[in-house]
Amino acid sequence: MKNILLNINKAFDHRIRLGIMSILMVNESVDFTTLKDLLGATDGNLASHTKALEKVGFIKVEKQFVGRKPNTKYSVTKIGEQEFKKHIEALEKIINKT
Amino acid sequence: MFYFVLQSTLSMNKIDYLNDISEIKTLMNRSSKFISLSGLSGILAGCFALIGASFAYWLVSDQIGTGFLILDYDTFLLLLLDLVLVTLLSVGSAIYLTTKKAKKNNQKIWDSLTRRLLFNFLVPLLAGGVYTLIILMQEKYGQTAALMLLFYGLALFNASKYTIGDIKYLGIIQIILGLLCALVPKYGFWFWVLGFGVMHIIYGSIMFYKYDKKPNKNQI
Repeated sequence: MKNILLNINKAFDHRIRLGIMSILMVNESVDFTTLKDLLGATDGNLASHTKALEKVGFIKVEKQFVGRKPNTKYSVTKIGEQEFKKHIEALEKIINKT
Repeated sequence: MFYFVLQSTLSMNKIDYLNDISEIKTLMNRSSKFISLSGLSGILAGCFALIGASFAYWLVSDQIGTGFLILDYDTFLLLLLDLVLVTLLSVGSAIYLTTKKAKKNNQKIWDSLTRRLLFNFLVPLLAGGVYTLIILMQEKYGQTAALMLLFYGLALFNASKYTIGDIKYLGIIQIILGLLCALVPKYGFWFWVLGFGVMHIIYGSIMFYKYDKKPNKNQI
């Protein structure tokens, strides 16, 4: 039992963070506005969660300018991908066990 | 004792985790697959194709099935116009109906997802379209139906990665029809009718009943 819980990653323990990871897993890269629309989050809220995920190295941030507008693109890193997969497997195990 | 505590927190969290998983699934699909393709537009495209084909049949009825097509300039232009008209009407109605459906689904019609979808669809289609035109200009009419079916099928197959709605299978069917058609160019016209007319109508109706009729069940 304890082993299963070990794989539940604290970094994903939030609806928005889990959402960000889910979206980035199936897309090469996604910009801030699209993430915001898909998740229904506010600017500040999303920014703090992306920062948290960036800090642990699960996502990559790429800032650029499209014309004059700043555009921030996010994508998942190798570690992020692995950790997310582990997390999902752990979730599945818990659901199947109880 | 520890085990019991763990057990109860686990069952308490189970519902949360289930919700997590279903949300993950939703977001993965919503962010990577376009769900608003309209089945009705497929049916309409099929009908336009059939109408266009009957006009073409009427134009050159005496030569169909002979395997040869001798066209004077005016007839050639009329046929080309017919083809362009069918394409425009089909694409137009598809855009209109899909936009309408996307609005209903609260899905954006012009975002990175639809751009990717269109890009993947258009590259093989345009390559095929230009190639077909070149072949037409060289007056090799025999293979045009096969080429159109083949490249259209490839375009659908390529775009299917970004949509739900089994477009992949329609693509494969068109590819097979195109290849068969290349084998027996004599029946090119009928293969074209089958692929662009009948298949669109069948596919459109299946999609319509599967996704449009019960809008809330299959949307995610």
